[in-house]
Amino acid sequence: MTSSAKNNNFSDKNILLSHGDGGIKTGELINNLIIKYFGNKILNRLEDSAIINDFHNEKIAYTTDSFVVKPVFFPGGNIGKLCICGTINDLAAAGATPVALSMGLIIEEGFEVKYLEKILESAGEVLKETKTAIITGDTKVVEKNGMDKIFINTSGIGYVKGNTDITPLNIKPGDKIIINGSIAEHGLAVLSSRPEFNFKTNIISDCAPLSSLVNEMIGSSDKVHALRDATRGGIATILIEMSEKSKTRIAIYEDRIPVKKEVRALCEFLGLDPLYIANEGKMVAFVDPADTNKVLDAMKKNKYGKDSCIIGEVTENSTESAVFYNTKIGTKRILDKLYSEQLPRIC
Amino acid sequence: MQNNIIALIEEIKRTANGLSQINIMEVCGTHTMAIGKNGLRQVLPQNINLISGPGCPVCVTSISDIDNIIELAENPCNYIFSFGDMLKIPGSKSSLYKKRSEGANIKVCYSPADAFDFAVKNPQKKIIFIAIGFETTAPLTAALIKKAYETKTNNFFIYNTHKIVPPAIEFLLNSSNKNNISAFLCPGHVCAVTGSRPFDFISKIYGKPAVISGFSAEDILKSILMILKQIKNNKPEVEIQYDWVVKENGNPIAIQYMDNIFDINDAIWRGIGNIKKSGLVLKNKFRNFDAKVSFALKDIKVPEPRLCSCGDILLGVKKPFECRLFGKSCKPDNPVGPCMVSSEGTCSAYFKYEKYKT
Repeated sequence: MTSSAKNNNFSDKNILLSHGDGGIKTGELINNLIIKYFGNKILNRLEDSAIINDFHNEKIAYTTDSFVVKPVFFPGGNIGKLCICGTINDLAAAGATPVALSMGLIIEEGFEVKYLEKILESAGEVLKETKTAIITGDTKVVEKNGMDKIFINTSGIGYVKGNTDITPLNIKPGDKIIINGSIAEHGLAVLSSRPEFNFKTNIISDCAPLSSLVNEMIGSSDKVHALRDATRGGIATILIEMSEKSKTRIAIYEDRIPVKKEVRALCEFLGLDPLYIANEGKMVAFVDPADTNKVLDAMKKNKYGKDSCIIGEVTENSTESAVFYNTKIGTKRILDKLYSEQLPRIC
Repeated sequence: MQNNIIALIEEIKRTANGLSQINIMEVCGTHTMAIGKNGLRQVLPQNINLISGPGCPVCVTSISDIDNIIELAENPCNYIFSFGDMLKIPGSKSSLYKKRSEGANIKVCYSPADAFDFAVKNPQKKIIFIAIGFETTAPLTAALIKKAYETKTNNFFIYNTHKIVPPAIEFLLNSSNKNNISAFLCPGHVCAVTGSRPFDFISKIYGKPAVISGFSAEDILKSILMILKQIKNNKPEVEIQYDWVVKENGNPIAIQYMDNIFDINDAIWRGIGNIKKSGLVLKNKFRNFDAKVSFALKDIKVPEPRLCSCGDILLGVKKPFECRLFGKSCKPDNPVGPCMVSSEGTCSAYFKYEKYKT
């Protein structure tokens, strides 16, 4: 979440879809309404997970996320798999090992039980894989047409080992920026499974739990400075936020960012920019250059990190933070924040 | 950097060497975006100036049309189907995006056929498709009107804002004392439908070079080189760089559809004003499908926002940076003028992609 509009009053009369897209409008909502009533030292950092440093002498990570994806089933996953992966990945992005999750189900009257069971089964599979568990939950049913099928909220806690300290505040000039594979697949997989979208694609969501990957990364090096789960708003949005929080400038390179051919073609056809499209299984890491190879080697051994690569670096400290995008033809431009949602309800 | 691109840029530099200032105008929003996204201005020699014309159909839609569409959306019996780009355009009081948050029935569609199918399935509801675009999208609208007529789908309407490109180019050439255009980068998608012939007047009557270009960085650079060679050899003509898609005679079926359904009439281009014979109107036989006729909507002249330079920007007289509102009170999340509203608008493309130069 960004802190782009700190001193403005909230000017919109009604909530717009763009207040939920993770871009500038979401920042306005958070800074002008949510922080206004709830602001505190931990929340104000607005990171993927909150870290409670002295919780009975332990360092605890805590996060929550709500899932409203439409449609509920999409190529590569469903809302059940997504709601566990999302929360696990938020914990992992803080360098935490996930321990336990809660699940709140909000279901529309009439929703078929066979679909609910399939959703829960998928969630269970991810819990098993990540050795985590749902230890508390809640169920509510809303009258028919009072909502759309099923919404799920999950929250999760994890523990952070001894001196692990992963935060954008640790980002330094020279840090290499690593990603664990190709981008923009989740957003497009969801979009192309919507009924109003009348053509077929083979794009599959990258939805995956990344706790084992992160564990191996931080096990291989104590110089992983920062991590970020590149979900809503895509890698562009999270890189801009990271540069703002660390007061640095970042350079990334078009010819190094992995984009599958089919993703590129569909984006060109629809006028979408893959840099701004959501992922659900991509972790962006800022790593000290001395340890880049070690971290990359560790990542490539994990099943979710086979295509890991360096996409750019932190170039300098600067109060005028910015992300520079270097094109294939040798020109460059500044990446801008998302002004409105490209695709609503993708997670 | 790719070797072929390096070679191309070098050849452009060699060819441009010794030529005076060359102003090349593109009249297609997708070209505007591609130029910005690839940072092409950074690699061109100083005497080549790329200027953006009225190539974004959303941007040139008049405020009065937006107000009319909003009025239609305020009636709970109506269902508005629109391409996504239209939603954010501010009318004089509100936008479709805000109206939707207040409960209006506004649906974003990827294909006009979705609107028609919805009309067939919901005969008790009134469906209005916002028909927008140049020759690229007009044949799709025409095909639907034909279908609606044949199937007597009388709850289907279009709010028609279709416009055609060649008269706008002619208008720009006649204003050339202001903008000093040397050559045109012609719109590849439009020409895929129309063919190159309707653009022949650019070289034949006005003696200016024109190249119909594709959309990759390489396509655009190649087209610029073709323009430079024409200037150097003093042989202006209309050439096709995008030749794997565009043919001289275009797509005869699509043209036939347009000719059967539409007549040509004058049209108001936002920021510019009335351009003669630049609009498409439904033939009399199909007028019942025209929402403006069936819902008795009027054109009310609404003044452009104060200090907004969009008119001059659309004509290529000013660059976005020269507007006092640009990036200050006029930004993509709160656009004042038409060029900032659509993602393919000139100001929006500059705001997004050309900041590095400021």
